[in-house]
Amino acid sequence: MSVLVFVEASNGKIKKAGFEGVVYGKLSGSPVTAVVCGEADAAEVASLGEYGANHVLHVKKNYDAGALVDVMAAAADKTGASLIVFPFDNTGKAIAPRLSARLKAGLVSGALGVPTTTEGAFKVKKNVFSGKAIAEVEIKTDKKIVAFSPNSVGLQKSEGTASIEEFSPTVKESKIKLVETKKLEGDVPLPEAELVVSAGRGLKGPENWGMIEELAKVIGAATACSRPVADAHWRPHHEHVGQTGVAIRPNLYIAIGISGAIQHLAGVNQSKVIVVVNNDPEAPFFKAADYGVVGDAFQVVPRMIEAFKKFKASQH
Amino acid sequence: MNILVCISKVPDTTSKIAFTDNNTKFDTTNVQFIVNPSDEWYALVRALELKETLGGNVTIITVGPTEDDAIIRKALAIGADDAVRINAHPQDSYYVAAQIAEYAKTKNFDLILTGKETIDYNNAEVGGMIAELMGWEYITPANKLDVNGRIARVESEVGGETRVLECEMPLVISAAKGMADQRIPNMRGIMAARTKPIHVVEPAPIDSQVAITHFEMPPAKAGVKLIDPENMDELVRLLHNEAKVI
Ligand SMILES: Cc1cc2nc3c(=O)[nH]c(=O)nc-3n(C[C@H](O)[C@H](O)[C@H](O)COP(=O)(O)OP(=O)(O)OC[C@H]3O[C@@H](n4cnc5c(N)ncnc54)[C@H](O)[C@@H]3O)c2cc1C
Ligand SMILES: Nc1ncnc2c1ncn2[C@@H]1O[C@H](COP(=O)(O)O)[C@@H](O)[C@H]1O
Repeated sequence: MSVLVFVEASNGKIKKAGFEGVVYGKLSGSPVTAVVCGEADAAEVASLGEYGANHVLHVKKNYDAGALVDVMAAAADKTGASLIVFPFDNTGKAIAPRLSARLKAGLVSGALGVPTTTEGAFKVKKNVFSGKAIAEVEIKTDKKIVAFSPNSVGLQKSEGTASIEEFSPTVKESKIKLVETKKLEGDVPLPEAELVVSAGRGLKGPENWGMIEELAKVIGAATACSRPVADAHWRPHHEHVGQTGVAIRPNLYIAIGISGAIQHLAGVNQSKVIVVVNNDPEAPFFKAADYGVVGDAFQVVPRMIEAFKKFKASQH
Repeated sequence: MNILVCISKVPDTTSKIAFTDNNTKFDTTNVQFIVNPSDEWYALVRALELKETLGGNVTIITVGPTEDDAIIRKALAIGADDAVRINAHPQDSYYVAAQIAEYAKTKNFDLILTGKETIDYNNAEVGGMIAELMGWEYITPANKLDVNGRIARVESEVGGETRVLECEMPLVISAAKGMADQRIPNMRGIMAARTKPIHVVEPAPIDSQVAITHFEMPPAKAGVKLIDPENMDELVRLLHNEAKVI
């Protein structure tokens, strides 16, 4: 089964989800063609071979999502791919459903692992009900599209090289104009962060976020918050995680003074490791946690900062 | 300005998730259904705000069976003018999108709004598919939306930045947090909703492309390991040596 993988790049670098997509593609079939969209250094592009790409189509122009639908449709046509792989992130969400409707290729979004094909049935598992259950979905069409959840297969390197070709298909001109780009506050963008420090109403007021920001800075984490905190304008709304905010999947989620309501958990329970700090031993969040600290955040967090600082210093 | 808002029915988040028929069907016993939060709080409320300042009409559309009239009445109570129900079980995203596009093609909408994703199947697919089938532009996620003449101005938060985008209408937009605040329907709205029209439209013949074959529960967590609040060095040690996340 020939596989096509969408790989996003900007400022010379390939996004981590792009490398993971190639690994996902390799585990799903062969040959694997990576379509690198955006500026990427030659060495970055070539390294895709080590993750499993046999061939690379490099689209050097910076296109918006609408034009990238045309690019991927052209690449699918050129390679005759029967499986097309996207990351299930905001870029993937803007492209994959449109490509699916255009190619009449059934789509599964949020896939957790690689597809299986037994007795000709192509099936893939995905999270449903905000992580409270898993569904197995069959794609019935000849061409298939899968958007995988970040961190679902991880990065695996091996020997391998890819042939590289520049690709410049014709695309329709977009009616969408980019007027301005504003950088969000914070050094680490939340949706892609590996480490996240998050706090809730237990912190009492916005003036107490200094220690949260410091903790995040010490370990290089993004900051997040519960919904009432964003609603009360203690923190900017893009930090709001949960069912009605951003859903995240970091390696480490540290929740401080957050009760762990089901709607909050819906956006964070896919984190690999969860640490909860709460002075109420009955807080529901402890049930979803890997490590728990029952204590007053105003005492625990400064100690945590010191402990991480000591650890960081010992690493050098 | 005529806006079509796509509304879906989902189980309330606090519902118990269970399955029947050998784990092939979602068990709806005792499940309370609500309007999908991002459809209600973001798409519908912002559509109503735009209508209140610019004039026009807000129509809601649902692909679903008769039971869905309950959540349609709720959305009408919040302030939508009229409703369309495509009388069919939503088989998959493509089926839903194609039904909505079939309907919308015969009307003159300036904007079609969807939620960013539903909280049951978490697909984030229907909006993009509608756009493609209509041949319109598509923006997701939309965290802010304003309309100036024929131009829609959208703020979209992607990868650590906010992009300010402008596009001539019509287009499809998927609404996410930031766009509006929740509105609680008042008594007048609830009374008015009783007499607002729900147009029932029979579905077009469309083939679904994917199907859920089986459900399972995720593997259980091992349970929390409690750490002495006086000893944060121990936490750091565990995160480094055991969990290997730092
Ligand atoms: C439809 C719907 C959607 C929602 N979507 C979201 C969502 O997306 N995200 C979200 O977060 N919420 C969401 N909510 C709200 C959610 O139900 C909870 O109300 C919210 O998550 C609670 O926030 P919190 O934990 O910060 O505050 P609280 O529930 O007030 O909890 C504060 C916690 O801090 C602890 N605490 C107090 N003092 C200290 C101290 N000194 N040290 C340590 N701990 C302390 C307390 O024991 C308590 O557990 C939604 C609700 C609804 C109905
Ligand atoms: N059955 C449906 N009827 C009408 N709109 C729907 C339906 N299902 C999904 N939608 C819309 O499409 C959005 C995205 O849904 P999904 O792609 O299923 O995550 C939802 O937020 C709704 O606005």
